[in-house]
Amino acid sequence: MTDGTPSGHCGSPEHFSRRTLLQGTLGAGALWLTHVAERLALADERSRGRKAPRSVIVLWLNGGPSQLETFDPHPGTWIGGETRAIDTPVKGLRIGSGLARTAEWMDRLAVIRSVTSKEGDHERATYNMKTGFRPDPTLVHPSIGAVLCHQKRDDVEIPRHVSILPGPWPARGGYLGDEYDAFRMGDPANPIPDVRRRVPQERFRRRVDDLLNVVEPAFARGRLQDLDRHTLHQHSFRAALRMMSSEQLAAFDVSKEPASVRAAFGDTPFGRGCLAAVRLIGVGVRCVEVTLSGWDSHANNHSAQHARLETLDPAMSALIRELHERELFDDTLILCAGEFGRTPRINDAGGRDHWPHGFSVVLGGGRIRGGVVYGETNANPSRDEHDPLKDVALPRPVEDIHATIYRALEIDYEKELQTPIGRPMTFSKGTPIGEILEEA
Amino acid sequence: MWKKKALLAVLAAVGLLTIGANFFNDDRLEEPSVSVVPAWKSTDLRHTVAKLDAAFEEDWKAAGLQPTSRADDLTIARRIALGLMGTIPSLEEIRALEKLPPEQRLPSWLEHVFSDRRYADFIAERLARCYVGTKEGQFILYRRRRFVSWLSDQLAANRPYDSLVRDLVAGNGIWTDEPAVNFITVTLDANEEQQPDPVLLAGATARAFLGMRIDCLQCHDDRLGTVTLGTPEEPREGLQQDFHRLAAFYSETELSLLGVDDEVGRGYRYKFLGEDHDELVPPVVPFGQEWVPKGGTRREQLAGWLTDPRNKPFARAIVNRMWAILFGKPLVEPIDDIPLIGPHPRALEILADDFIEHGYDLRRLITIIVASRPFQLSSTSDAFTITDRHQEHWAAFPLVRLRPEQIAGSIVQACSLTTIDARSHILQQLIAYFQSADFVQRYGDKGEDEFVDRGGTVTQRLLLMNGDLVKEWTEENAIRNASSRIRILCPDPEKAVEVTYLCVLTRRPTPREAAYFTQRISETPKQKRQEVLEDLFWVLINGTEFSWNH
Repeated sequence: MTDGTPSGHCGSPEHFSRRTLLQGTLGAGALWLTHVAERLALADERSRGRKAPRSVIVLWLNGGPSQLETFDPHPGTWIGGETRAIDTPVKGLRIGSGLARTAEWMDRLAVIRSVTSKEGDHERATYNMKTGFRPDPTLVHPSIGAVLCHQKRDDVEIPRHVSILPGPWPARGGYLGDEYDAFRMGDPANPIPDVRRRVPQERFRRRVDDLLNVVEPAFARGRLQDLDRHTLHQHSFRAALRMMSSEQLAAFDVSKEPASVRAAFGDTPFGRGCLAAVRLIGVGVRCVEVTLSGWDSHANNHSAQHARLETLDPAMSALIRELHERELFDDTLILCAGEFGRTPRINDAGGRDHWPHGFSVVLGGGRIRGGVVYGETNANPSRDEHDPLKDVALPRPVEDIHATIYRALEIDYEKELQTPIGRPMTFSKGTPIGEILEEA
Repeated sequence: MWKKKALLAVLAAVGLLTIGANFFNDDRLEEPSVSVVPAWKSTDLRHTVAKLDAAFEEDWKAAGLQPTSRADDLTIARRIALGLMGTIPSLEEIRALEKLPPEQRLPSWLEHVFSDRRYADFIAERLARCYVGTKEGQFILYRRRRFVSWLSDQLAANRPYDSLVRDLVAGNGIWTDEPAVNFITVTLDANEEQQPDPVLLAGATARAFLGMRIDCLQCHDDRLGTVTLGTPEEPREGLQQDFHRLAAFYSETELSLLGVDDEVGRGYRYKFLGEDHDELVPPVVPFGQEWVPKGGTRREQLAGWLTDPRNKPFARAIVNRMWAILFGKPLVEPIDDIPLIGPHPRALEILADDFIEHGYDLRRLITIIVASRPFQLSSTSDAFTITDRHQEHWAAFPLVRLRPEQIAGSIVQACSLTTIDARSHILQQLIAYFQSADFVQRYGDKGEDEFVDRGGTVTQRLLLMNGDLVKEWTEENAIRNASSRIRILCPDPEKAVEVTYLCVLTRRPTPREAAYFTQRISETPKQKRQEVLEDLFWVLINGTEFSWNH
C-alpha cells in the first residue's frame, strides 16, 4: 500500500499493558508521573459491558482549546496561568474551574491527556483530527460521521450526517463520496436551510410533475440506459423531496422543547446546537457535529478560554444529562475535541499558541469507560520545548482516537477498501486505546 | 445579507436608466466583434486535428464501437463556455453566434472566449488548484488570490506555458510583488522555521508538472509497482532516493528579507529508511539527467530540465489536465498519475508532441482539442444504445457533473438576458459574486479533487429547489431577471418558451416540450404568466441536463 505522507504511525507507541507502561515510563525517569495506575484501576470497576453505540456526537472546539484551561489544568505551576482546578466525582481527577457543571459528569467520561500530532496549522490539524489522517495531496479521507454512515444502513428520511454551526472545514465524505458530507446548518433557532418550498404546494407539485414527466424524459432520450445510476440526480431529487415532507424534520426544531430544558443548554447557538443534536440522535441520525469557535487565544488566553467555557460548560453537561434522560447515552458516543491544544508557555501577550504535543480529548457514552484518565502532561515541562514529547506520558497519536472510536462502534477499521484512485485504504491506521474501552 | 440587499437596491436604480437591448428581435443585434481565428484554419493545426481524429477512429474501429454523430453548434458552444469560462452562453451571445455562417461559428466563438477575461480567470483557478491547492494558508507569507490573478494575467497574454512554469519553479522575490513565488511559499510550515519545504515542493512538482505521483517514495522504495522509472528499455522501480534527490533541487530555496531567494551551495540531508545516519543527498532528477542545464541555481536547473523539449512528461501533464478541463475527465486517470513509460493513449502523445513543437501554446492546444471529433460528438444517439464503453473510448461525449462554480455561474447567466462578464455592470458582477460564493460553499466544493467522478447529493438538490440563488434570479424583477423580461418583451407564448430554453439549456425545446409549455402559458391569464415563466425557469434549472455537462 502506498502512503503519501510520513505518518505518525511510524513512531506510534507500542501497545503496552498498564503495568509495563507504568514501569517503562518510570524507567525512563519521568518521576513526575502520578496516579495513572490508580485511575486506570478505577476504570476497571466501571466496566459494565454495554452494547455498541449507534450514533456519534462530536463537540468540535474550533481554533484549538487550551488543555490547561479545560481538562488538564496545572494550577500553581509556571505553566498553569490563572486557572484553578476543581474536584470531580472521580477521586484524583481534577479539571479546570470553568467546567463546574461538566465536572459532575466526569465519572461518565474518559479524558485522554496525551494526544499528539504533527500538525500545528488550523486547517491541516482539523483535517487530521476529523479524519485520523494527515492531509494527503492525492486523496481526501472521510471523517468519522461519513465512515459511520457508509458502514451502517438506515431508513432515515433526513440526512444521517449533520454539521451544526460548521466552521470553515466541516466533516466531509472524502473518497467515500459527497453524499457522505455532513449536511450543514446554522443556529437551530433559525429554520434549516433549503428544506421549505418557495411556492405554494399546488404550484410546487406542478413544477415537480413538469420536471419528472416532461423535461427529464427529454434529456434521458438516447443516453445511457441506466442514466440515473450514473448521475444519481433523480435519486437525490426524490430523497430531497422525501426530506422536505418528513416529520423527522421536527427533530431540528428545538423550540419544541420545554423552556427549562432549553435553558439548561444555555441561550447560545452552540447550546441550541447540542440540544438539536440530542433530538436528531433520537430520530436515528448517525452523526452530529456541533462547532463552538473562538478558542484561538494567541492573546489574553485566560479570559478568551473562559469566555468560551461559559458556553461549553452548560451545553456539554446538559447534553450528557439529556442523553441519560432519554436513555440515549449508551447508544451514543461523544467526542469533545479541537484541532490541537495550546502551549504550556504563556506568551508576552498573555496568550497561548498552537500546541499539538500533548493535548486533551474527551470521550464518553457507549462502550467508553467513565471516570478514566489516560496519559499525563508534565506540570513542569522543560522550558526549551526542544523535545516536547518527553513531557508527555503515554503519548497517543490522533489516529488512535479514531481507532478507539471505530472499535467502540464495531466498525472494522482495518479492512482495506478500494478508493476511487485505486489505492487501498483502511479507515484508521491507529491502535485503539484499550484502557478506555469496555469489553464488547 | 444587508450588503446584498443594498447592492440590489442600487442596481435597480442604475438599471432603470440602462435598460438593455431587446434580444427578441434578431435584427437589432450587433455584429460579433471578433473575426474568425486564423489558427483554427491553419494547415498545420488542421493536420494535427486530422491525426488526432484518425487515432480515435482507429480505436473505435478496433473496439467495435460506432461513435455518435456530431452535436449541434450550440451544444458545443455550451461545452466550450462551461469548460473555459465556467458558465453558459448568454442569449445575447447565442443570437450573435447564430448570425454567423455555420463554418465560422465555433472558431469565432472560441476566439470570443479567449478574448474574454472570464477565460483567463477560470482557467487560472483550475491551474492554481493543481499548483497550490485550495488552502488559503498563512496570509502573511502566502497570497493565494495574488497568485491566481497573476496566473490569470499570464493566460490572458497567452504566455508560453514553459516560461510560466519556469517562473513558478525558479522565481525569486516577495510573494506580493512576484506572485509566482507563492508556489514556493505555500509550503512554509507554520510549525517549523518558516522556510520552504523541499519535500512538499518535490511532491507538488512531480504531480503538477510531470503528472506523476511519487509521494509514496518519500517514505520508502516502491514495492507495489506503482512508480516505474528508468527508460523503456530498462524500467526500474522507484526508490526513496529518487524522491529526495528531486527534493534536493529545492534545498537552496530560502525565505529572506528579499522574499524567496537561493542560498547557493546549501545541501540537502536525509536519513533514508534503514540507515543509521542522515546523508548529503545530491540533486538528481528521476529520469533524463542529461537534460539538466549546467549553470544556474538548483531551481533554475530543475526548471530548465522540466521544460526541456525532450521532457515529454511535462507536456503530457498539461495536455491531460487541459483535456480534463474541457471534457470534465482526463485522458489518463487519475489526472496526475500518468505512467512515465507507456503505453500512453495516442491522443495524449499527438497532443503532447504538437504542444512541444509549437512553443507550449495553451490556446493552440485548446483549439486542437475543441476542433477534434471527440469534443464535437453528441452525448446522445437515436441510432444505438450508448454504453459505458462509448464514454470510455470517447465515442460519445462523456456525461460529467458540473462543478459548483459552473452551476452558480450558469444559474446567474441563465437568468439574465445579457452577458455577465467583465464588461457587465460592476454591481451585477458583485451580486453574482456574493451569491455564488455562498452557493459554492453549500453545493460542496470538491477542492483539489475536482476531476473525480461523483453523483449528485441531496444537499445540491435542496439548494437548487429551494435555495436563495435560484429564487432571487428567477422571481419577478423587471430590470434584471430574464423571467420578467421575457414576459414583458415577448408576449408570444411559443417564442417565450423557446427563449427560456435558449437561456437556460442553450437549446430549443423539443416539439413535445414546446407544445406542452406553450399550451401552459396560453391557457394562463396574462396577469399570472409571470408565475408560469418562473416555474419554467425553475424546472429547467432543476433537471439533470442543467447540472451535467453533456
